[in-house]
Amino acid sequence: MSQTDTRKPALLGTGGLVFLAIVIGLAVLVPALNLLLPAGSALHVPTYLVSLLGKYLCYALLALSVDLIWGYVGILSLGQGAFFALGGYAMGMYLMRQIGTRGVYGDPVLPDFMVFLNWKELPWFWYGFDWFPFAAAMVLLAPGLLALVFGWFAFRSRVTGVYLSIITQAMTFALLLAFFRNDMGFGGNNGLTDFKDILGFNIQADGTRAALFALTALALAGGYVLCRYLVRSHFGKVLIAIRDAETRVRFTGYRVENYKLAAFVVSACLAGIAGALYVPQVGIINPSEFSPANSIEIIVWVAVGGRGTLAGAALGAVLVNYAKTYFTSGMLAPYWLFMLGGLFVAVTLFLPKGILGTFLEWRARRSAGSPEPDAPPAPGITAKPAE
Amino acid sequence: MRLSSPLAVLLLGLALFATLVPRAAHAGPYEDALAKFTTESYADTAAALGLLATSGNPRAVEVVDALADGRLLVDPAAGKVYIRGADGSLADAASGQPAAGVDAAALKAVRANNRVRGAIAAASGALSLFNPDPAKRLAAAQAVFKSRDATVLPALDAALAKETVPAVKQALATARAAIVIGSSAAPEAERIAAVATIADAGDQDALAVLQNLPPDAPASVKTAAASAIAGIQRTLAVWGVAQNVWYGLSLGSVLLLAAIGLAITFGVMGVINMAHGEMVMLGAYTTFVVQELIRAYNPALFDASLLIAIPIAFLFTGLIGVIIERTVIRFLYGRALETLLATWGISLILQQAIRTIFGPTNREVGAPSWMSGTVDVGHLAVTYGRAWIIVFAILVFLALLAVLRLTRIGLEMRAVTQNRRMAASMGIRTNWVDAMTFGLGSGIAGIAGVALSQIDNVSPNLGQSYIIDSFLVVVFGGVGNLWGTLVGAMSLGIANKLLEPYAGAVLGKIALLVIVILFIQKRPRGLFALKGRAIEA
Repeated sequence: MSQTDTRKPALLGTGGLVFLAIVIGLAVLVPALNLLLPAGSALHVPTYLVSLLGKYLCYALLALSVDLIWGYVGILSLGQGAFFALGGYAMGMYLMRQIGTRGVYGDPVLPDFMVFLNWKELPWFWYGFDWFPFAAAMVLLAPGLLALVFGWFAFRSRVTGVYLSIITQAMTFALLLAFFRNDMGFGGNNGLTDFKDILGFNIQADGTRAALFALTALALAGGYVLCRYLVRSHFGKVLIAIRDAETRVRFTGYRVENYKLAAFVVSACLAGIAGALYVPQVGIINPSEFSPANSIEIIVWVAVGGRGTLAGAALGAVLVNYAKTYFTSGMLAPYWLFMLGGLFVAVTLFLPKGILGTFLEWRARRSAGSPEPDAPPAPGITAKPAE
Repeated sequence: MRLSSPLAVLLLGLALFATLVPRAAHAGPYEDALAKFTTESYADTAAALGLLATSGNPRAVEVVDALADGRLLVDPAAGKVYIRGADGSLADAASGQPAAGVDAAALKAVRANNRVRGAIAAASGALSLFNPDPAKRLAAAQAVFKSRDATVLPALDAALAKETVPAVKQALATARAAIVIGSSAAPEAERIAAVATIADAGDQDALAVLQNLPPDAPASVKTAAASAIAGIQRTLAVWGVAQNVWYGLSLGSVLLLAAIGLAITFGVMGVINMAHGEMVMLGAYTTFVVQELIRAYNPALFDASLLIAIPIAFLFTGLIGVIIERTVIRFLYGRALETLLATWGISLILQQAIRTIFGPTNREVGAPSWMSGTVDVGHLAVTYGRAWIIVFAILVFLALLAVLRLTRIGLEMRAVTQNRRMAASMGIRTNWVDAMTFGLGSGIAGIAGVALSQIDNVSPNLGQSYIIDSFLVVVFGGVGNLWGTLVGAMSLGIANKLLEPYAGAVLGKIALLVIVILFIQKRPRGLFALKGRAIEA
C-alpha cells in the first residue's frame, strides 16, 4: 500500500464485483439449467455435474480460508484439511442421525456402524446431532474451538514459519490416526455414508442437489465478502503488516498473537462450512480427508490461483480440481501425479504470484502512474530477512 | 517326547543298575542291550530299548532307529547284532565296523509289536537327553520342562548325573524341579528346594509352573511359590521395560537415519525438503536393483549386497539431491514455505516415476545371512537385523559428526548455519555449500533407505511414512545441532515404544504427536536451540 494513497479502498472493487457476479450467476444459472430444461436439451446440466461443480465450489471456499491466513497473515497451515474434515464430520453426524430406521440394521437411534460394533447406546458426543441447528452450530464450533486452542498455544509461544507448518501437519496427522480408530465412534476407516435426507428433503433428489449447489455458491460469495471486508479493514492492515514484519508490528505495540489467532479461527470456521457443504454433495466423509497430503494440495490451489488475492485462491481450486477430474478419468491417469508435481514446481518457480496475481500485476504495470487499488500486496516480492 | 510308564519303571531300574554296577569294557549296558535283542522275545526287546536309552553309547540312537525301520538284524546263534544300511551293507552293531563275510540271508530282523513300538518312541525321546550334541540335550530338557511328565523322572535323574555342560545341567535341573514340584510323592523339603530352582529360571514358563501348583500342595510349598512368583514378576517387569527400551532404541535409530539428513539441510539452508522421504525410498530401490544385479550376475556376492549398495545409494541419491538443488531450490532461497511446496511437487514426481518404473507393489529385498537370526540376552530377544541397524545408525551419525567437525566443507556448513551473510562475507561460496549440503543430506537419506529396505516394505510410498516422523524429530531436537537430532530420535522412539503397551500403537502415537506439539509451544526452537542474537531467524 502506497502511503500517499489515502483513499479508503472500495470493499469489493471491480475485480471483486466480477468475481461475485460470476459466483452468484452460477448459483442461479446452474440449478435453473438443471431443473428447468428437459434432459435432452443441449444446455441441460446433468445432476452429476451439479454435484461436481458444487464440490469444486466447496474446495474454492476452502482455498479462500487458506488464502486468508497464508496470503494475508503468512501462516502456512498444513492442517487446514483437518478443519474442513471436522465441519464435514459434524454435518455427516447430522445426516447419519436422519437415516433413522432406514439403515441396514433398522436401529432407530444407533447408526449402522455402531450396531455392527455391538454398541448399546449412543456415545455422548453424538447427542444433539439429530437437531439441525445444533449440528450447524457444531460445524462452526468444532473447527473453531480446535483452531482457538491450537492457535492460542502456538501463537502465544511465537511458533512461526516452518515450525508452525510442521506442527499443523502433526495435528492433522494425529486426527487422521484418531478418526481411523473404530473406538472413536466416528465410523473408523469407512467414515460416515449412506445418507438419506437433509432437513426432510431426499439427498439424492435433483432439487436438493440444485439447492445445495446454490447454497454452496452463496456461501462462497459470502465467504469472499467477509474475507474481503476483513483484509480491507484496519484489522486486515495489521494482518498484512504481521505477514511482512511480525517483530516490527509487535514492537509497535500490537498484540500480534491475538490478531493471528482471530484470523486463524475465522479461517478454520470457513473451512468447516466448506466441509459441511461438501459432505451432502459427495455423500461420504471418511478419515482420509485428514491426510496431510490433502492439506498440502489445498496450498497448491492457492499458489496456482494467486496467493493473497482471495478470488485467485477460489479460481485456483476450481482449475486444479477440474484438471484433476479431467486427467484422472482418462488415459492420462498415470501421469496425473507428474502433472500435479510439475505444477507445484512450475508455479513456485515461474509464477510465484499465481495466475491472478500475475494478471493483476501486469494490469497494474500497464496503467502505471495510477496505483491500482485492487492490486494485492504482493507477498512474493517482500524482502524477508534471510532464514 | 512322552515316555510310557512301563518303560519308565525299566529306566528307573536300569538307571540304578547303571550307577551301581561298575562298568566293564565288555559288558556295559549297551552290550547287555544288544544281547537282549538276540533272544527274540518282545519283553527282552523292550527291556533292551530301556537299556539303550540310558547307555550313553553314541551308537544307541542308530540301533533304535534301525529297529524302528526294521533294519536291525540278529544272528541268534552267534549272539551278534547287525545294522543294515540304506545300501544293504551290514555293520556290526557292537563295534560299528562293517561286517564282512556275513550271510545276510541267515539273519533275522528283530520284530516289533505295539509294546515294542511304544518303547521305541520312548527310547528315542529319552535318548535325546543323552544325545552327544549338547544343543539336542538342551532341547530335550526343555521339552520335558514343558510336558512335566512325571514318568521321565528316572531318565532325567540319570541324565542329570551324567551331564557335564552347565547350561544343559541347569535346564535338566529346572525340568526335574518342575516335575518334583507338582508331585505329591516327593518330600516337602525337596519340593521347596524345587521352588527355588524354578525361581532361578525366572521366565514366563517358570511363572506358569509356579502358578499352576496342584491344589493339594502343602502350605509351605505354596508360600514359597507365592514369594517366588512375586520375585519373578518383579524381574520380568524390569525385563519388559528393558525390552521396550530396546524396541525404542531400534525405532529411534530408524528415525535417526531418516531424520539426520533432513536435519542438516534444514539446519544449514532453512529449507524444508518434503522430498526427503523420497530420497529414502530411492535408496531402498537402489538396494533392490543392486540385489537384482547381484542375483543375476554373481550370486556369491549376495551377502555383501548391502555393503555394495551403501556407496551406490549415497552417490545416486546425493546426485539427485544436487540436481534438485541446482535446478529448483536455489531459486527459492529465503522463501522457505515456497520451497516446501516445490519439494512436495518433486516428491510426487519421484513417487510416480518409481511407480511407473517398478510398479506400485512392494519389491522384495532380501536379508543377507549375517542379518538374520536372534540372540537372547537375559530375557531379551535381540534380532541381528535390528541390532545392525542400531550400529549402522550410530556409525552414520559419527561419520556425519566427523565430516562437520573435521573437514573444510563441514566447517563451511557450520559457518553458513550460524550466519549466512557473515559467512559469505568471509569468502565462503554459500551457493556451493548449499549444493553440497543438499547433496550430503540426500545421500544420507539414500543410505537410510538401504537400512530401511531391511525392515520395511520397499514400495513407492516408503518415504511418505517417514516424512512426518522425521520432521517431528528435527523440530523436537532443534535445528542445526546433530546431537539434538540424536536425542530427539531416541527419545521419540523410546517414548513411542514405552507408551504402546499402555495406550496401544495408535493412541500411543497420537499421544506422542500431542506431546511434541505441546513441547514445541514450550520450546519453539526445539531441545537444542541455536543460541544467537537474531530476533528473527
